Amino acid sequence: MALDIQTWIKVAAFSGGGMAMGFGAIGAAIGEGLTAASANEAIGRNPKLSGDIFKSMLVGQAIAESASIFALVIAMMLLFTNFPQNTMTPFVLIAAGLCMGLGAIGSGVGSGFPAGAACRGMARQPEVSGRLTTNMLIGSAVCQTPAIFSLVVAFILLFTDFSVRPFSPTWAAILGAGISSGFGAIGSGLGGGLVAEASCDGVSRQPETATPVTNVMLLGQAVTQTTAIYALLVSFILMFKAFPSTDLLAPPMALLSAGICMGIGAIGPAIGEGFAGRSAVAWIGRNQKHIADLTRLMLVGQAVAESTGIYSLVIALVLIFVV
Amino acid sequence: MAIEGADIVKAAAFLGAGISMGVGAIGPGVGEGMAAAKACEAIGKNPKEAGLLTRTMLVGQAVSESTGIYSLVIALLLLFVV
Repeated sequence: MALDIQTWIKVAAFSGGGMAMGFGAIGAAIGEGLTAASANEAIGRNPKLSGDIFKSMLVGQAIAESASIFALVIAMMLLFTNFPQNTMTPFVLIAAGLCMGLGAIGSGVGSGFPAGAACRGMARQPEVSGRLTTNMLIGSAVCQTPAIFSLVVAFILLFTDFSVRPFSPTWAAILGAGISSGFGAIGSGLGGGLVAEASCDGVSRQPETATPVTNVMLLGQAVTQTTAIYALLVSFILMFKAFPSTDLLAPPMALLSAGICMGIGAIGPAIGEGFAGRSAVAWIGRNQKHIADLTRLMLVGQAVAESTGIYSLVIALVLIFVV
Repeated sequence: MAIEGADIVKAAAFLGAGISMGVGAIGPGVGEGMAAAKACEAIGKNPKEAGLLTRTMLVGQAVSESTGIYSLVIALLLLFVV
């Protein structure tokens, strides 16, 4: 039984669409659940404010939801678009689905943390609810960036004509690009969320520390985003570099491996940096006198945690350019 | 396209290098972050000991970094030696 290319494209589109929405549903659902749990806790403590807390919960959940809406968009495109009939298309569809599905996990969970903290904070200090909402929106927006990176990579994969390139090793470069951005987004979304949670807690505990707390939050979040940016960089190199045609198995495996290495290698450092940022921001919120010491220590600790992400980047670049 | 044994071995070595470094980077990253988080907490409680705490944090992180470096070494061995 010989299957023609049309069949393979359908197989890839349907399994890619399933993966996009299946993986993509994990994060947003957990994040929104955490937000709702915190909102219940907050309303239990201060039932008079139930209207404000309810509104804040819905706003926070809407942001967490956006990551999985990206996944829904990609899944719909995979199901209903007529893709070009060439041998590269099945790999493109699988890669785009994996990229967006995995990429939505971290941002969905991460955005749930600050939204929950904002609900709890509102019950504690109703008078700072405006400042708290602003802080939550900024923090959640940064959490969404890794999901947006994944969306960008998925769109580029779907709308670039790869059929002009040699089949091998381009098929592996395409899969590698999707895997790199997909896995690479998990850690940064989660880590950024941890930092933002601490800052919402800090603003509600001591409203007068709001400015330094927001500033250090942005600094800490920026560091957690770096590994997602490395993963994006590796994806771009894999998508846009023209690789020479080959009959061997090793060159395509090197490109696939580069994507796996950078994608999975980006998860741990970003979560670790999120822990460090969360603790630093929490203690600046309690006592802003020590902001210089804490910021310095946070950055030193994050730099050390970053090192394994940089090793992954180095190995990925060696796999692409050297071997 | 005839695939030879040496080619398969090389492909497996490349794949192994990527998996080694990628998965191996998770643990040290998370662990070092936890160390840094506790050090920040301790400085928040007792800022006078900032120097001592920074030193302790860095030593602890260096130890937890070691497994990341093992992964790097194995990845480089797979790429260039075996």
